[in-house]
Amino acid sequence: MKHYDAQFHVRGESEYIDDVPPPAGMLHAAVYGSPVAHGNIKGFDASKALAMEGVHAVITAKDIPGENQIGPIIQDEGLLAETTVHFIGHPVAVVVAETAEIARAATHEITMDIEALEVIVDPREAFKRGHFIDAPREFNIGDIGTAWADCDIIVEGECDIAGQEHLYLETQRARVVPGEGHKIQVYSSTQSPYAVQRMTAKVLGLPAHLIEVDVKRLGGGFGGKEDQATPWAVMAALAAHLLDKPVELVLHRLDDIKMTGKRHPYAADFKLGLKDDGTIVAFESKLYQNSGATADLSTAVLERSLFHGCNSYFIPNARIFAAPCRTNLHPHTAFRGFGGPQGMFVIEAAIAKAAETIGVPREEIQFKNLLREGDSFPYGQKTEGCHSRRCWEEAVDEFDYAGMRAAVDEFNANNSRDKKGLAIMPICFGIAFTKTFMNQASALIHCYPDGSVVLSTGGVEMGQGVNSKLINICAKEFGISDSRVRVETTNTTRIANMSPSAASATTDLNGNATILAVKQIWERLRDLAATKLGITDVGDITLENEVVYFRGEATEITWPELTQLAYFSRVGLSAHAFYATPNIWFDAAKESGRPFAYHVYGAAIVQANVDCLRGVYDIESVRIVHDLGRPINEVVDIGQVEGGLAQGLGWMTLEELAYGDDGRILSHALSTYKAPDVFYMPDDLQVRWVTDDSPTGPYGSKAVGEPPLMYGIGAFFAIRDAMRAFRDDDYEFSAPLTPEKVLLGIQGHTLSDYRKGEIAAE
Amino acid sequence: MTVQFWLNDQLVETDEPHGLLLLDFLRKRKRLVGTKEGCKEGDCGACSVMLGELKDGQVHYRPVTSCLVPLGEMHGRHVVTVEGVTPKGGLNPVQEAMVERGGSQCGFCTPGFIVSMSWYLMCGKGEPTLDGFKRAISGNLCRCTGYNSIKRASEDVVAQYGPGGQHANIWNASDRVVALADAGFIPSHFKGMAQKLADIDHSHAGSADDGNVVDFFIGGGTDLYVQRGEHIPDSTVAILNRYPEMRGIRVQDGWYHVGSLTTFEQFAQHPEIRKVIPKVDEWLWLIASLHLRNRATIAGNIVNASPIGDMSNLMLALDSELVLRAGDDERIVPMKSFYKGYKQFDKKPHEIVTEIRFPVPKSGTVVHFEKVSKRKALDIASVNSAAKMRISDAGVVEEMSLTAGGVAATPLWLKDTSAFLVGKAINTDTVRDALEVAMNEISPISDVRGSAEYKRLLTRQFIISHCMKLSPSTVDFQELA
Repeated sequence: MKHYDAQFHVRGESEYIDDVPPPAGMLHAAVYGSPVAHGNIKGFDASKALAMEGVHAVITAKDIPGENQIGPIIQDEGLLAETTVHFIGHPVAVVVAETAEIARAATHEITMDIEALEVIVDPREAFKRGHFIDAPREFNIGDIGTAWADCDIIVEGECDIAGQEHLYLETQRARVVPGEGHKIQVYSSTQSPYAVQRMTAKVLGLPAHLIEVDVKRLGGGFGGKEDQATPWAVMAALAAHLLDKPVELVLHRLDDIKMTGKRHPYAADFKLGLKDDGTIVAFESKLYQNSGATADLSTAVLERSLFHGCNSYFIPNARIFAAPCRTNLHPHTAFRGFGGPQGMFVIEAAIAKAAETIGVPREEIQFKNLLREGDSFPYGQKTEGCHSRRCWEEAVDEFDYAGMRAAVDEFNANNSRDKKGLAIMPICFGIAFTKTFMNQASALIHCYPDGSVVLSTGGVEMGQGVNSKLINICAKEFGISDSRVRVETTNTTRIANMSPSAASATTDLNGNATILAVKQIWERLRDLAATKLGITDVGDITLENEVVYFRGEATEITWPELTQLAYFSRVGLSAHAFYATPNIWFDAAKESGRPFAYHVYGAAIVQANVDCLRGVYDIESVRIVHDLGRPINEVVDIGQVEGGLAQGLGWMTLEELAYGDDGRILSHALSTYKAPDVFYMPDDLQVRWVTDDSPTGPYGSKAVGEPPLMYGIGAFFAIRDAMRAFRDDDYEFSAPLTPEKVLLGIQGHTLSDYRKGEIAAE
Repeated sequence: MTVQFWLNDQLVETDEPHGLLLLDFLRKRKRLVGTKEGCKEGDCGACSVMLGELKDGQVHYRPVTSCLVPLGEMHGRHVVTVEGVTPKGGLNPVQEAMVERGGSQCGFCTPGFIVSMSWYLMCGKGEPTLDGFKRAISGNLCRCTGYNSIKRASEDVVAQYGPGGQHANIWNASDRVVALADAGFIPSHFKGMAQKLADIDHSHAGSADDGNVVDFFIGGGTDLYVQRGEHIPDSTVAILNRYPEMRGIRVQDGWYHVGSLTTFEQFAQHPEIRKVIPKVDEWLWLIASLHLRNRATIAGNIVNASPIGDMSNLMLALDSELVLRAGDDERIVPMKSFYKGYKQFDKKPHEIVTEIRFPVPKSGTVVHFEKVSKRKALDIASVNSAAKMRISDAGVVEEMSLTAGGVAATPLWLKDTSAFLVGKAINTDTVRDALEVAMNEISPISDVRGSAEYKRLLTRQFIISHCMKLSPSTVDFQELA
């Protein structure tokens, strides 16, 4: 089993959008974004830009032939600002020029007269003023009102959870080629070809059938190209349509960081009530989502924070409240985990606070309250095939948690400068798009008479290995070699109305559609083989290792002979199939239902070492038991677990997005925004699988894309554990836990002496 | 002037502007699109290429980020891209291991990793190790894999080429590059490259320090291209690296003479430097990736004048002096009086730094460096600090030169704190008093690297650390916590 794309990647021959030779006369676009975070546009002057040699056009909202609207869920986002700008980098104009360098230089020559309005960047402030993207929501279970009276201990606290830059290595980009009869050919680096098609049609005022979106692969997405690949593709399409020339738009890294949204920052309040023995009785959390300036996918992200607000714990009385707060930052968007991680962080913080208050290890309360089979979530669904306790227990046993804890305690007793800390992070993540209608997919298969097969689905390859898994599934279902199958680009003319490649569900959905398409073709071929062999009992015919078998005995018919025979016998060698995930529903009016096809569970033990002189730390080991289901492609799966973990660790520790009060992003480049490098990741990273069947995944496999990210939350609590070993204090639940916060936490008190000195000096 | 160099297996002659980025030349002019643009500031390594340079009849290769390298410097070099390390119709050993182990997911960073790892396979020193591979890819960022599959791929190659491995003889061959090419593991264009480079005309007119006024002097370019990259291709430039006489380190008459174009890596690996700063290589891993250390120059760091420059703060603590030249005029400026304010310093626009020199430290001198940044490797410091210290047998400080970066408008010589400590015995009490002095000597501001309060605290911790280094038995860290 391999990641099949890798053989092209390593040779440097894999093609991304701008690697393909440009069509003749292609122009390049760059985007002019607002220099201020909030204001009314009083004047706009592009005369200097237009006068530059090589500049062909400056396009603004008034040039849009269709509707200036690209909001995916709520219609609140224009492609280009008309009267008001709402964040720094808010697109106002598209400059089209002969080279990308000229286009970008020309954007610097545009000026605007803006009447500045008040800037709000803090979600709590936006909440106070009632600035919402949509109405706040809450999930309830039990009776939170009376439950507090049954608690022996009640703790309260606050969390501050920062966002995260996607840092896909390939920035946002698209190339658009206009054709005959207003046909628009779009090559986009998008996780959602259908969204690009839909929005391009809307903005250009054309029917969807004139827009063809083609996606070969993405240089990383992670959610950042689920919805936010759309504006750049639509802008390039707008320019191509208006100028009747091919146009390419590649965002410069600095523009990409400034203009595109990130993982949502959240502020939160929590209140947790427990019995003396650590049993959780009641939990209330209030989540203030920093949604940014427009809705984007914020309401859907918010919903997943609600769904995962209790993580892996059974809590009989809970109220999770969440408000999408409108601020003057770039519109925040999907990012691996999609609101789940923020919801989980809050309950983990609440448990830490309770453990510290009671004086018991955090793990004791965590384990005591882990989900069991048949327990209810606050949204009505009950656990089925719950592996919460199993993953925890296997992790604790196999990795000898007791021994790890004893070794850490001994180390800490014998060392003053360095302290070690441990944490266990259990996860529970629901699999399905929470918007039920999106759980649909199609596959199109053509077999050729030489036995080769080409497969198209709505799945977008962005490194997550969906193409490799689809090859595995298609070949396995037919009974042929992987080498017979090639996966085509994702294209809206071959697959209509596809859902985005997101929600970890791409293989589940498109793999199941693939199986259905294979079945259609196989049934025809099987009947043909039966006729050829003079057999009436078609149920006893199978194809294994490219040979037709009858009742377990090989016949003389091979796969290429069968496809050849089909062609000359006028039997169809193509099929299109449609799949919809069964048995899922959700009643938004009651905030209750069965939104998920199943849940993925797991547990990670994270160990950290803190240098208490300098405040820097190392993640020393991460040891995981992960609920994978039946593996389809373990090379791909382990890559998803390790890669997701790395992003989770980064989010919780060193990846710090800094903004000024004026809404300006200060960590605006890779020199100021740091993601994990090879030295950051621990060499001691062990992963074991739990491999029970999933109910709906192809061949019993489970979705694997997002859940491992949340193991990273363990790093926060492991570092905090080490800090407490150095100096016992009630440290803030403020993520990321940067070296700055660590050092100020454990040594900051020493500065108070010098402040006095300064006053004396003055 | 026409620039002539070998690009993989092709001899290239070009009249494109000398300031054009090598990356743009490769992708846009030559359509060698395997090399990717990820950040254009040397932080992601997706554009990694190997630069081969003829020295003593042999081609020496180094991995660099092509987004910070001027085309004009390529004259007489061998530029190797991902296409140039790929054998026709096949995979080289690191490519094969990366495929086998799933070390590539979205693939966008992969060509950069392949170049860095292929460089290690071809040119890595000592026995092959996982750590050697990690250092080779220190400048390569991957957002998909979390690196562990890349480490597994590296381990596979180590097993094949290390002691007892099936290809150990290739690793130990007298010319490993030729041995790899002979085995068909890498393309044959590497063979005979020394002669091909020698055949390129290396004569050039004038010299870098002829006093001509140009828009940009380009040394390593690692910060210049980040700050001014969009303007350089259309400007007049002097490519300093075409004048190798400003490179190299020698010790003479009680002074270290460091050529201004000496790279961080050359500095860290130099045996004479190691004699007085044994840990310099260890610190360099806190300072920059291998790719950037192969480019960044000592003088560039000094005249960049960032308050947080790592090498500038180290050189400042070493009591360095700068040799400045314009035409025939030469003058010498001590670093401790060089900086005048934020990005202000005592150098005229047409002057160039030709040499940095510092006195050979007296016997028993301890040189120490501290740096903290968000990420340990390849990140700009929140605060850094260097110290040159010496105590008598009786434990009395005889010499103290402390500096701190990121706590003032310039790299800061902690003059008062240093003076305070001279003549005193190092113990917890004197350190406590010295910290008081230091806190009044610095004036940090809050920015993206950290709050002013944090920078104060780091400076405090670093001074404690320096003193602990100097006299471990008399300074109690816990008493100061």
